[in-house]
Amino acid sequence: MALKGLDIFKITPKTNCKECGNPTCMAFAMKVAQGAIPLEKCPHISAEVMAELSEATAPPMKTIKIGAGDKEFTLGGETVLARHEKTFVSKPLYAVSVCTGQSDEKREKVLSALDTIDYDRIGERMYVELIEVNDGTGDKDQFIELTKKALTYNRTLVLSTTNAETAKEALALCKDEKPVLNGATPDNYQEMNAVATEAGVVLGVCADTLDALYDTVAALEGLGNKNLILTVSDKSMKDAFAFAVQIRRAALKNNDRTFGYPSLVHVNRLAAGDHNMQTALASLFTAKYGSIVVMEEMTYSQALPLYGLRQNIFTDPQKPMKVEPGIYPLNGADENSICMTTVDFALTYFVVSGEIERSGVPVNLLISDAGGYSVLTAWAAGKLSASSIGKFFDEFEIEKKIKNRTLVLPGKVAVLKGEVEERLPNWNVVVGTNEAVELVKFLKEFKG
Amino acid sequence: MPFKSTPQPFNAAINAVTVGVGDKAMTLGGENVLPLYTFDAPISNPPKIGFEITDTGLELAVPGIAALYEGAATIGERAKKAETLEGVDFISLKFAGADPNGENKSAEDCAAVAKEVAGATSLPIVVEGCGNAEKDAVLFEKVADALADKNVLFLSAKEENYKAVGAAVGLAYGQKVGAESSVDINLAKQLNVLLSQLGVKNENIAINPGSAAVGYGFEYVASTMERIKAAALSQNDTSLQMPIVTPIASEAFGVKEAIVSEEDMPEWGPAEQRGIDMEISTAVSAIAYGSNAVILRHPESVKTVSSFVKAMTE
Repeated sequence: MALKGLDIFKITPKTNCKECGNPTCMAFAMKVAQGAIPLEKCPHISAEVMAELSEATAPPMKTIKIGAGDKEFTLGGETVLARHEKTFVSKPLYAVSVCTGQSDEKREKVLSALDTIDYDRIGERMYVELIEVNDGTGDKDQFIELTKKALTYNRTLVLSTTNAETAKEALALCKDEKPVLNGATPDNYQEMNAVATEAGVVLGVCADTLDALYDTVAALEGLGNKNLILTVSDKSMKDAFAFAVQIRRAALKNNDRTFGYPSLVHVNRLAAGDHNMQTALASLFTAKYGSIVVMEEMTYSQALPLYGLRQNIFTDPQKPMKVEPGIYPLNGADENSICMTTVDFALTYFVVSGEIERSGVPVNLLISDAGGYSVLTAWAAGKLSASSIGKFFDEFEIEKKIKNRTLVLPGKVAVLKGEVEERLPNWNVVVGTNEAVELVKFLKEFKG
Repeated sequence: MPFKSTPQPFNAAINAVTVGVGDKAMTLGGENVLPLYTFDAPISNPPKIGFEITDTGLELAVPGIAALYEGAATIGERAKKAETLEGVDFISLKFAGADPNGENKSAEDCAAVAKEVAGATSLPIVVEGCGNAEKDAVLFEKVADALADKNVLFLSAKEENYKAVGAAVGLAYGQKVGAESSVDINLAKQLNVLLSQLGVKNENIAINPGSAAVGYGFEYVASTMERIKAAALSQNDTSLQMPIVTPIASEAFGVKEAIVSEEDMPEWGPAEQRGIDMEISTAVSAIAYGSNAVILRHPESVKTVSSFVKAMTE
């Protein structure tokens, strides 16, 4: 249970020594309670009290790291059930699945798509982060061969097998890359725990019921392993969702730390062979409480909505999404094409650029730094003004780079026209439309 | 110590709003749990799936949709074909052609189309306007009159036209009013309050608090819906307990990902499948955050989203 400020105050020396950087012990206690600073900042609290309290002040859901180097990812660490309450901290990761016993052709299709789907969306790299290697046949040699093959794709692996011997040999190949070993069950958790702990990797736990899963996690924690991921049921979609929600809710709402771990969802098993249903389920578990979402494959048509959804949900609601300021040539625009300007708020950029693309008219879209606000908000906050536009033109040397001298302003800031004309005397400043949807008509009819 | 799985239903519930008449009438809402949380309490009225038919036939540009309508010459025949699709709970008739900036079809013409569709199908009907507040008010009144005994839901009354729409559709003809606001819980609440002050009963109101395709500001839609459900269920806020209806079709099929041709973006693959995935992903996400009904355009999306809902709630 989270501690209140007063509970923490009781264990401070109450001397207001300021060594922690706070004016009083009470101020320090309040900040610790909010999670703003760690308890360790106070040099006067004894080690025993500290150990006792760090358990109580620890976050309800553990932060688990998988992978190594530039393939290291953070899972879990969430403190809220809904994004409007605070912020989600760890976005879910997508995995594609390969399996021993499946046809070479199928496997090739899944793996070869990995290189194709790798693109940038508002400054975030969109690609399949993980590969799950499944023990379909129970044959150790086949599993080792498949692991070797998967390793050549430069992704962090999830090794799914319930055979401790197989797991051990596979980990010998790649334990430094910190894959997940997924396959501890109520029957084999002791052997699997030994293998995972020795290799220093995260252990995935599976069970048929929430009760059995809970008991197995408790038993593993009893053995000292708190580096876990919980696999939700793959019996039915309904069960899988019930697992995912109840695990997360138990940890965050009911303070039951035994379930305070990230979850793994086998969408590939819940809807085997059904592309569209996998899109549906991957969306559901991106929205609610999947930490690793395993799919049979990832096609571009699935990636586009899924990565868009994930980027939307896992942005900080207190921080607007921004695109980089710069010149965005659309529809094959060159130095002779007209210029339009708008703000760097990602949603504005997407809607405006989408409509310009629909018009088919070549346009240089100029995005200046407006603090990530929408047009009117940026204008009201003084972040979109004649001087901000002028500054952008100077910094990006627009007059050198573009020969055309027509600049279209967003209709909502028509009032800026005079000032912009003054600041950019060589330019023909035009007021555009109020709404982006009117742009297609506007551009098609626009003459010089 | 075993895991204590405690069901967490709420003491308040979403209003149950019935649309349509006869055997195929459907009820939206009624649940006292968060979306799809059947482990807390049963959900007796699972989210409903609507199939969108436009008066202009703009959706026929997509081959998979045109295939469904093969041999259907009139909009009535199209409605008949749509009814045969498995998983469709209602027909959503959209008057895209009524837009004054487009074809500007008269309200009378639209009412005739509505009558034709209603005569062809026994499914509940939802009427979507053209989005122009002034025109929709006139249009809805005529259609409400033409479909007087069909218990139709109209999308939507907005801040600009709620008086006209609420009075005509809700009060004069006793039809169901859809209240549309733009992704803000306070605006949604305000419009509901205004409609009740006008005399429209709560059980005759459904809401559309905004929609967007995933990737296009969907986080605002998600958070608005989540907050509405939280206020409705945990704080028993009666002015936010209306079921949510979300039109997905035009959002999903209107974004770049669904429109750009395969020639322009060869690695993206066929445009039609991109539209389907976009529609499925947006619809399922909307349901996960609180939609009690979604309106879709592609038969494949209907198939997947309806079996998804079935699997999650039965």
